[in-house]
Amino acid sequence: MSAPLDAAPDEGTHDGPVMTAHRAGLIGCRSCGRVWPEDQHRCSRCHARLVPPDRRGLQAVWAWWFAGLIMYIPANVFPMMRTETFAGLMGSAEATIMEGVIDLIKHGSYDIAAIVFVASVIVPVGKFIAIAWLAMVAGRPATVDQAHTRLKVYEVVEFIGRWSMIDVFVVAILSALVQLGFVASIHPGPAAVSFALSVAFTMLSAQSFDPRLIWRGLPLRRRVK
Amino acid sequence: MMMREGQYDLDSGAGLIACPRCDALHVELELTSGETARCIRCGSVLAKPRAGAFVQLIALSFTSMVLMVGAIFFPFLEISRMGFGNATSLFGVALAFADGVLLPLVLAVLVMIVGLPVLRAFLMVYTLVPLAQGRRPYRHAADAFRLSEQLRPWSMAEIFVIGTSVALVKVAGLATISLGPAFWAFCGLILVNLASRGFMCQTTIWDAIEDAGLPTDGREMVEGRA
Repeated sequence: MSAPLDAAPDEGTHDGPVMTAHRAGLIGCRSCGRVWPEDQHRCSRCHARLVPPDRRGLQAVWAWWFAGLIMYIPANVFPMMRTETFAGLMGSAEATIMEGVIDLIKHGSYDIAAIVFVASVIVPVGKFIAIAWLAMVAGRPATVDQAHTRLKVYEVVEFIGRWSMIDVFVVAILSALVQLGFVASIHPGPAAVSFALSVAFTMLSAQSFDPRLIWRGLPLRRRVK
Repeated sequence: MMMREGQYDLDSGAGLIACPRCDALHVELELTSGETARCIRCGSVLAKPRAGAFVQLIALSFTSMVLMVGAIFFPFLEISRMGFGNATSLFGVALAFADGVLLPLVLAVLVMIVGLPVLRAFLMVYTLVPLAQGRRPYRHAADAFRLSEQLRPWSMAEIFVIGTSVALVKVAGLATISLGPAFWAFCGLILVNLASRGFMCQTTIWDAIEDAGLPTDGREMVEGRA
């Protein structure tokens, strides 16, 4: 399954023009790799829907992207959890995501603070920017090097997206565990739900992005620089 | 239409493979165990067959089901402070959200850390057991395997374990915490998942489903194959 179609089988990735299923008037299955005539709608081997690599698919990416962005706002404004010590007599504290991070820093656990900060602030924000950028430049002519960079970005986004769920799980574990009646109790806040939704929506957004679009804009011949 | 290895047809796409990441066309060849086929343009792995992978994957799926039973029913974390104590199992974690508005989140959390790993293990067994025995695959093998692959990013057991360690640090000042057996079962689960990812090659499984006689279009390469 490794021989390239229209070039000598040389080693490594090559930069010359590559025959794609789309240029050949065929359609490739993204689930199992099988190639079919362009007018076929469903892969006969794995039964996945066959989708041509065009920019129409980006609508779904943007729809999920906006849904995720909208849910990300309440996730940062409302508290993730509420801590009550001595039935509220010693004070009850509500903490948003950022306050939780600051709290951890005050306690001196910098490494855990870093994990939470990266997972629930840097990763989501970076993901919004990365997906928007990919969706905007998708299908535009690019050089081979640019295409490789874009694919790298896509792979990182795809891999890292799910790790933002850490904070939701932390709240879940804490509120199940810290139920010591009078002494201390922790309850989940509304931000936990909206944050979970925001992560799920951006995951869907990343999954709707078709990486084949990254390569679609490549000129057939290499431009002379 | 019976095709020989290395033959292809540009009109129907028979004998060709398109890279799922960049759409580059490749001629389909049978690989021997241990070889890795990469896309000529973007470098994505197209196929990576390993000898005996099916049996290993089945064994690992069963292992993960057993571990999951332990992870659900044994206590997960125990906490105590000033004589007040509490132990929680995984269900306890999920049920923490069970008051009213947060109920959907309970279900989502339960599904992501318990439901999907179990479902995926079951789907793998369903797909692979007949293939490993050299029998005809079950009727819905193709759909089962595709579903299992689609659900992969949503099964989040390993993220849950990292979440646990963050939670441990957060309560460290508030009370004494000890880890229960379910926590270690979960750590085992992650190792099992990593191992099964190493044996996993989608292309090989798709080819095997096809070769074992699931109705497709007769494009399976039978001639020229040992």
